[in-house]
Amino acid sequence: MSLDEAASRLQEQFHIIQRIDFRGEISLELPLELLEQACKFAKEQLGFNFLTDLSSVDNFGDEPRFEVVYELYSLERNIHLRLKARVSEDHLEVPSVTHLWPTANWHEREVYDMMGIRFSGHPDLRRILMWEGYPYYPLRKDFPLEGKSSNTPDVAFSEPAPLAGGPFVTLPSPGHIKDREPRARHAEDQ
Amino acid sequence: MVTTAPAAYDSKVEGNIIFSRLDACINWMRKNSLWPMPMGLACCAIEMMAAACARYDIARFGAEVMRFSPRQSDVMIVAGTVTYKMALAVKRIYDQMPEPKWVIAMGACASSGGMYRSYAVLQGIDRLLPVDVYVSGCPPRPEALLEGLMKLQQKIEREKAFSDQKKELQGVFS
Ligand code: SF4
Repeated sequence: MSLDEAASRLQEQFHIIQRIDFRGEISLELPLELLEQACKFAKEQLGFNFLTDLSSVDNFGDEPRFEVVYELYSLERNIHLRLKARVSEDHLEVPSVTHLWPTANWHEREVYDMMGIRFSGHPDLRRILMWEGYPYYPLRKDFPLEGKSSNTPDVAFSEPAPLAGGPFVTLPSPGHIKDREPRARHAEDQ
Repeated sequence: MVTTAPAAYDSKVEGNIIFSRLDACINWMRKNSLWPMPMGLACCAIEMMAAACARYDIARFGAEVMRFSPRQSDVMIVAGTVTYKMALAVKRIYDQMPEPKWVIAMGACASSGGMYRSYAVLQGIDRLLPVDVYVSGCPPRPEALLEGLMKLQQKIEREKAFSDQKKELQGVFS
């Protein structure tokens, strides 16, 4: 089965909101309610036996705000399919796929840690990078890069970092090294 | 009949006696046998390991006995990015080291947070521990760490722990 056939079979089986074909990659966007079934179908019927990655996107300002992205891979057929679903900020709950791919366990913990999206049915949904008790979700677009102060007694504390006019970024340019070197740049300077 | 020999001038012993200050002797012993606590937290730790290996050979400066128990170490080499999640653990290990103890902040991250001006990284271990020597670089070359170590040795050489103590005690008893 080629990637195209696999995608068509999913399209026959489920209501697909949007299909994007880009440079040989196929992304299918599903309603959140169908996501778990579609993952199960992809694994059991279409042979996507490996979950390469599970990530999330914060489309700040859009509604629904968040998006979860599943990168599926078939080791037998060497094909790669992407499934996506939008998650509303009012209901940050996504069904866990740990029972299909055990590797989803840590990926889901990371999404929970960084974006605050909860996974129902996850066996052990704890933060994975930040410590238990940290009150923010630092990869959200409305969280400042320099951080916020917090204090979890005996575990950890945090303070905003001095940005000194930063963030400091390099611009790609063929110019002299002195023009390219990292310096404070803001969105409005571009 | 018991005869006691009078304390006599002994030319054999005389050549083997050196007069010095207690501070100078103690400092000399301390500085030449600094047992490091390798607090390797990120990439800088690789250079610290290189400094310990045959090519750079930190043993030449008496600091080759890397101890992974804080109770047996004298100098903590903080080599790497100190995240907030790790920060209190570093402090706890430092607190477990017996006095006298010193701290080397190795690399940009340990000294100032380095390139991580971000929510997750402590902006310099000196916010938690009293740092004696900062080593610049990202990562510093092993030679730089060795120079930091020599700077620390020079600092230890100038310490006046015993004469200060003596002065204090004189104040108490006079
Ligand atoms: S100073 Fe550079 S090499 Fe050292 S830990 Fe930080 S990023 Fe890594």
